Amino acid sequence: MDHLLELLADHDDASVLAGGTDLMVEVNLHGRRPGTVIPVGGLEEMREWNHRPRSNSVTIGAALPYSDMERGPLAELLPALAQAARTVGSPQIRAAGTIGGNLGTCSPAGDILPVLAALDATIHVLHRDHSRDIRFADFMTGVKRNCLTPGEVVHSVTVPLTRGWQGYAKVGTRNAMVISTASACLVHDAEEGHVALALGAVAPTIVRAVKAEAWLSRQVDLRGTFRVSPETAHEFGLRAASETSPITDHRSTAEYRRHAVSVLARRLLERSAS
Amino acid sequence: MSIPNDSLNESYSLNVNGTLREVRDAWLGESLLYVLRERLGLPGAKGACEQGECGSCTVIMDDRAVCSCLVMAASATESRILTVESLGENGRLSDVQQAFLDAGGVQCGFCTPGFIVAVHHLLDQNSDPDDEQIKEALSGNICRCTGYGRILDAVKVAARGRRDGVGS
Amino acid sequence: MSVVTGSSTRFGALGSNANRPDGNAKVQGGFAFSSDMWAENMLWGATMRSPHPHARLLSIDASEAWKIPGVECVVTADDVPGLPNYGLIMQDQPVFARVGDTVRYLGEPILAVAADHPETCRRALAAIKVRYEVLEPVTDPERCIDGSAPPLHPDGNVFRHQRIVSGDQTIIGEIQVEGTYEIGMQDQAFLGLEAALAVPDTGGDGVELYIATQWLHEDRKQIAACLGLPEEKVRLVLGGVGGAFGAREDISLQVHTCLLALRTGRPVRISYSREESFFGHVHRHPATIWMRHHADAQGRILRIESRMVFDGGAYCSTSPAVLINAITHTQGPYKCENATVDGWALRTNNPPCGAMRGFGVVQACFAHESQMDKLAAATGLSPVEVRLRNAMETGDRLITGQIMDSVAPVERCIRETDAIPLPPPMPMDANELLVPGGTGLTALPSNIRRGVGWGVSIKNLMYSEGFDDFSTARCRISNGAVHVKFATAEVGQGFVMLAQQIARSVLGVDDVYLDPIDTQVGSAGSTSASRQTWMSGGAVDAACRAVRDELLDRVATARGLVRQELRIDGTDIVDALTGTRIAVAEVIGDHEIDHTVEYHHPATEDLDENGQGNCHVAFAFVAHRAVVDVDPDLGLVKVVQIATAQDVGRVLNPLSVQGQVEGGIAQGLGLAVMEEIIVTDGKVRNPSFTDYLLPTFLDAPTVDMVLIEEPEPKSPLGAKGVGEPPCVSVTPAIANAIRNAIGRELPRVPVRPYDICL
Repeated sequence: MDHLLELLADHDDASVLAGGTDLMVEVNLHGRRPGTVIPVGGLEEMREWNHRPRSNSVTIGAALPYSDMERGPLAELLPALAQAARTVGSPQIRAAGTIGGNLGTCSPAGDILPVLAALDATIHVLHRDHSRDIRFADFMTGVKRNCLTPGEVVHSVTVPLTRGWQGYAKVGTRNAMVISTASACLVHDAEEGHVALALGAVAPTIVRAVKAEAWLSRQVDLRGTFRVSPETAHEFGLRAASETSPITDHRSTAEYRRHAVSVLARRLLERSAS
Repeated sequence: MSIPNDSLNESYSLNVNGTLREVRDAWLGESLLYVLRERLGLPGAKGACEQGECGSCTVIMDDRAVCSCLVMAASATESRILTVESLGENGRLSDVQQAFLDAGGVQCGFCTPGFIVAVHHLLDQNSDPDDEQIKEALSGNICRCTGYGRILDAVKVAARGRRDGVGS
Repeated sequence: MSVVTGSSTRFGALGSNANRPDGNAKVQGGFAFSSDMWAENMLWGATMRSPHPHARLLSIDASEAWKIPGVECVVTADDVPGLPNYGLIMQDQPVFARVGDTVRYLGEPILAVAADHPETCRRALAAIKVRYEVLEPVTDPERCIDGSAPPLHPDGNVFRHQRIVSGDQTIIGEIQVEGTYEIGMQDQAFLGLEAALAVPDTGGDGVELYIATQWLHEDRKQIAACLGLPEEKVRLVLGGVGGAFGAREDISLQVHTCLLALRTGRPVRISYSREESFFGHVHRHPATIWMRHHADAQGRILRIESRMVFDGGAYCSTSPAVLINAITHTQGPYKCENATVDGWALRTNNPPCGAMRGFGVVQACFAHESQMDKLAAATGLSPVEVRLRNAMETGDRLITGQIMDSVAPVERCIRETDAIPLPPPMPMDANELLVPGGTGLTALPSNIRRGVGWGVSIKNLMYSEGFDDFSTARCRISNGAVHVKFATAEVGQGFVMLAQQIARSVLGVDDVYLDPIDTQVGSAGSTSASRQTWMSGGAVDAACRAVRDELLDRVATARGLVRQELRIDGTDIVDALTGTRIAVAEVIGDHEIDHTVEYHHPATEDLDENGQGNCHVAFAFVAHRAVVDVDPDLGLVKVVQIATAQDVGRVLNPLSVQGQVEGGIAQGLGLAVMEEIIVTDGKVRNPSFTDYLLPTFLDAPTVDMVLIEEPEPKSPLGAKGVGEPPCVSVTPAIANAIRNAIGRELPRVPVRPYDICL
């Protein structure tokens, strides 16, 4: 790890290579010439995940492949993450691609990112000369932009474990292997009495629907189990969608994206309440 | 490990199908797919999209089925790589290869090697998959000719053979 | 599936599931596709393409590219020694755009380079400076009809304008239904990308080209003309073809690869990337079709009016023939003699369009089958009943005046499809993979609505309008073995297997050797138009019969038997007089026999100015019933089941027919709900498999099929082509099923999520 950080600090043309599923697309299709490539897939500490009962959290190595999140004990701890991981690309992509890659690329359509936003994940960043912990909300700064500075690498991600339902949903125009047209992750914290909702592919960054979250808290007591009326769920969806600023492109229209996240938000809330 | 530079002067070795293979005078940007096909004489993996959206280039790398077009070859020096050419023994067909022929799963054949590798990987993990598990496991392999019906049959034939103790 | 595989069928003969001769190599990864071709001392080629849909090419400066180590050659329009243009029907497409001339679509070739490595090629292209004067693109084909568009080419902006004026033009139906339908631009998206290896002759006066194509001889004709070489100096060998579906009918990299090889004196390979492939071949025509049906109160069609506008893009390709197919199939598989149809195929600055599986009939069928459901609704009949009431039969007069003289089991196709059981409703605890949206977990079964829809179609077989369509095959017995040779492009459909089956059946042998597929024998015509089983199958059959007849002549003479009493049964020659059986294997070692035969189908005619004429050879029919699950709130669709009954004449290889039917259905499904090349201002927005979506395993429906075997008397083997019909009417069947589920008109395909839910 130290050697890696040395290399990263010394080469300003460096790219960190984990699964390769983003970097190699750039090389194959967009004429990118890899400068200094620093493979991290072989670093065991970056491919591990750890449950930390004391802090009631899970720390996930940046080079852990998606397929390792889809099932097994990690999936039981973080079902929304497992659901999101299962929608990434193809099985082959999931066997190679990593959470660090999703964070490094920071596409608004990144499948894992709404989960990190809804769970208030902390990103651990290392540099030869320093380290820092960044809240996801501060990490992603725009379309394919993040706050990493030269020489820094995402080492791992910590997400708190909450008691309560969590779920993820993603819309694409094919029944498998598709880029998100719109996505959403909802996390119910039954102890705090709060619902967090994060929306993907509907703005330059992942959107936390904070106004809709706050509105819901005023309508419904969210401690423990709760119920919502169809009208409340519907309005929750509409309010969440109004916090987005989607675009029209070749994959869909702004109007559809806004509509789709409202439906996803409504359905996720209904699932969390039933 | 660091891989600097930008010209045709990379040299490294890859563990492919159980043999250490030397790669010389390569460009750093070459994918594992390119190196297998153009430098190591292993054309079985096919390229059809260069971005992991078709599965034609599927190989096994450290017991995972991956798209070789998205593996930077020079970064794979520590990995065990298996290609379609490693399947079957002494030129005989593997159970999956035979099942693809028996069930009519081959038309143009361009997607076939990628499918064969992916199906071997699937059945090595789960010899009794149901239809939906088969479809999800193979949802990263595009076939444009068959509509997948004969391929589904082929996988079921091969799986049945393994459960009945026939084949490999 | 009702297919004949009786125990009397000898393994490997006609009617059996014979082994594919290329099967072992394909499953082992050893089959050599054109992209696998390699030669000692080989260079890589690459093409520079226009970044503008319409521009004047001002200058090319390649001086910096020549300075890059490893760059061996740069060729432009100035280096084309023969004809500057090529084309299947109209020679209007430049090999390279010429300085001073215009480029007419985004992706038009400007020049090509050859170098020692693909990356060197990329750098060479990046170093070449090309200047353009950007011009306003013409992207609306209507502007070519109203004359407001400037002429985009010396040959004009109209590839073809054809009317059909048939029968009584004054009929006004008690019931009228009408609609305007749009079909998006679909890509063939074969998996095996365009690739070719050109090897120059020593001395440089000829070239050998290993190429994935649908029609070797037509390629050779066009290549030789552009190279300024006699045809015999250009030899083509079929490189392994990774699917075709129409996209390999036109020239793409053929001339470029040969030019680079001849210039450098070294073998050159060009392999397109997926992105380049989207620019390198023609697509299915986007079309706008208006139709009005006049019917009586009982729902019988009395007259059809239609206007069809096909956007052919920048160059002609096969646009005129596609248009003729579309307008002559306006009526669908239904009785009607009265029609007024106005069809246009036009030039714009959009990507060139041409052949794709279904060839114009796909577009017409989406319109007429959408209309049939409207007619059903207007008359209160079920979708099945309205189609049965109008079902075409042999002997009917078509709107072209042609009499339907093919076997036409339309009613049977519909009834047999209708008899296939519907799938059970989705259970409330269904696996998430069965719900629209799949692993996206967008919906629960309770969110879903089911719909059922119908599509029935007629598809012409083989080439039309007076084209002298033929195929050539050679069969010989030599050194005790049977050899068959043909130039038929094997693109995946399994003709190589069929040829062996025919030879085994006719000659009574088990081993049949296939010679290389190349231009060293006469033309086979194109692997398209559902024609090779009939045409090349007919040629192989005729060549094998000629050999068999001579063999029997000789056996009769040598053994003093009566020739007329000899026939081949299984693997024996049988003398009907004595019952004597002689194994074919026993006698063929004594004879050297060699016959080459051309098979021609019955002649057809051009259409006259009113669209009248016997322009088609034969027809096949198919019915599709689609069951879909729709999420009405999100607009997501999962096709659950396609039931189909197809008129196939005779099943020659059951698994192959099944594979063609299932594969065609998947492509039709793609057009129905996801596949579209999106073009804005002449620019393709989604030239990749990330954004041009093909059906995956999880999108493919269950297919339940009945194959209707009523042998076609005109067909040499009794079989009809089975390749195209499956993808023609499945698209409207799915669209009609979605309409049935949600009650919207949905006038275009692909149906997008927002068409359903917004």
